Amino acid sequence: MATLELSLPEEVEQPLQKKRRLGFLFWFAICWIVIIFALAILAPILPLQNPVDMDMLERRAWFSTEHWLGTDGLGRDELARLIFGARVSLTVGLCAPLIGLTVGGALGLLAGYFRGRFETLVVGSMDVLLAFPPLIFALAVVAYLGQSIPNLTFILGFLGIPAFMRVSRAATLTLARREFVIAAEALGATHARILLRELLPNVFLPLFAFFLLGVAVTIVVEGSLSFLGLGVPPPMASWGSMIGEGRESLEVAPRLAFLPAFAMFVTVLAFNLVGDTLRALTDPRQGAL
Amino acid sequence: MSGALLSIQDVAVELPTPRGNLRAVDRVNLTLEAGRTLGVVGESGCGKTMLSRAILQLLPKKARLSGRVMFAGQDLARLEPESLRKLRGRDLAVVFQDPMTSLNPVLTIGTQLMETIQEHLELDAAAAKKRSIELLTAVGIPAPEQRLTQYPHQCSGGMRQRIAIAIALSCEPKLLIADEPTTALDVTIQAQILDLLAREQRRRHMAMILITHDLGVVAGRADEVAVMYAGRVVERAPTPALFKRMHMPYTEALLAAIPKLETAPHTPLPAISGRPPDPTRPVPGCSFAPRCRYAAGRCHQAKPDLSAAETAGHFYACFHPIRMAEGIGA
Repeated sequence: MATLELSLPEEVEQPLQKKRRLGFLFWFAICWIVIIFALAILAPILPLQNPVDMDMLERRAWFSTEHWLGTDGLGRDELARLIFGARVSLTVGLCAPLIGLTVGGALGLLAGYFRGRFETLVVGSMDVLLAFPPLIFALAVVAYLGQSIPNLTFILGFLGIPAFMRVSRAATLTLARREFVIAAEALGATHARILLRELLPNVFLPLFAFFLLGVAVTIVVEGSLSFLGLGVPPPMASWGSMIGEGRESLEVAPRLAFLPAFAMFVTVLAFNLVGDTLRALTDPRQGAL
Repeated sequence: MSGALLSIQDVAVELPTPRGNLRAVDRVNLTLEAGRTLGVVGESGCGKTMLSRAILQLLPKKARLSGRVMFAGQDLARLEPESLRKLRGRDLAVVFQDPMTSLNPVLTIGTQLMETIQEHLELDAAAAKKRSIELLTAVGIPAPEQRLTQYPHQCSGGMRQRIAIAIALSCEPKLLIADEPTTALDVTIQAQILDLLAREQRRRHMAMILITHDLGVVAGRADEVAVMYAGRVVERAPTPALFKRMHMPYTEALLAAIPKLETAPHTPLPAISGRPPDPTRPVPGCSFAPRCRYAAGRCHQAKPDLSAAETAGHFYACFHPIRMAEGIGA
């Protein structure tokens, strides 16, 4: 067969780096997250008032130079409580989905790749976990192990495992059928290699986007649990417990509930925005597979 | 079978399906010597890919394989998973049909090439990189250094197939299985890729199995051709002998279905009428009989075995072989 061999000096095109406009909202979200994190981390060295010191003469004080955001129903400085509350909310909000991401992600990856009995077992136990009422579980753990931040993180993280497992397994199932996995096997790759080098980088993108949404959800759930009195133990502040305490004086000083609610709302929104933008950034490449 | 690098003996693959057992490959015997090319031709679903997966032991988990796959004196079907794993990549390599899916989309080309090299040849990163660049140059990729940092989606289809070939060649395999390597590519690229494969094969003295549905592809490039139909090899011959004188009506029909330049425009193509038999319902006679224009009584009752023709190395499975001085339209 005669072939026309075209050996033109091919120009090597540099990969076109498309400048994506991330938009004002994205940068706003990033700024907010950075500020909240900085404040939460630096809280002990900032010139803040003690968040648990009560001043019974200054209950529900209005904004002043002494108390920038006023005081709460027990005369504690609202700004200090908001910032120390951010520490709790962010610790729980980040650590709990991290537990879900690691355990659930690993289980889903293994189940989606190996299939068979192991998958049945994993999916079955996750269904059991999903069917179990989460509030009862939280109550039981708190009753037995006591009310503390590590326990709260554990409860929320554990409850998040099934969702992460499902996302990870669904992604793995479609990917494990792809030819590049068979190609890797044909090149003599071990199971561990295929899982860690071929599948994990592919599965990680959707998992990470889900993780950011998980952070947002967990902050809200932690708030609800604290509101119900299942969260952090009382003198300590968290946004949820502050809203709960603010409820008592909603008619006299609605700001006590609205300030932490606003902080939570903007933080959750910021995480959602960043998560969505990151997902959108990685999506076109997913589509081009 | 001392001289053969690969010798497949009575290989059959059965896949359990909800409609019953599907016999994808039916008692296939093939041999291949080092440095030679075997073309496997057949239409979609005739078991070509399953045969290649059977050689590589990459069959779906539920598939049942019987027979022997002897590669360099070892039966691959009875090998420990660990020794099989070491053999794959180093001695056995494969190029898949679709380069869009056979490369990992989220790893750079450099990572994919270098990891394979480092894994099998135990080279350090610098040496692996040097070797990757050599390989990419060998498969005709301009500016290989820049390519190493790119992702598969930044390369064209032909480029990706060249990269897949480079990965397959990275450890100097003794046998390369090319499973329809040009089907997903543009016609203009096809010849380039096939020439590249032929060139690298000669240079490295490796054996190659070229799987395709296009008789034209194997015509100039394979030393021997095996025509498959419904899981069986129905004709096997050295390439010149096959095109000079084919015996099996199916081979003839396949060749007749290739469009020719000299025919007038709008001439209907002589397509093969009917459909391949349902592989879950085996027919008692020759599986091509329902579509064959030479089929007579005996064809519907008994399966013809492979029998030798006058030319050495030419085998066919037919009761009524074509006895013509020259092949149709060859």
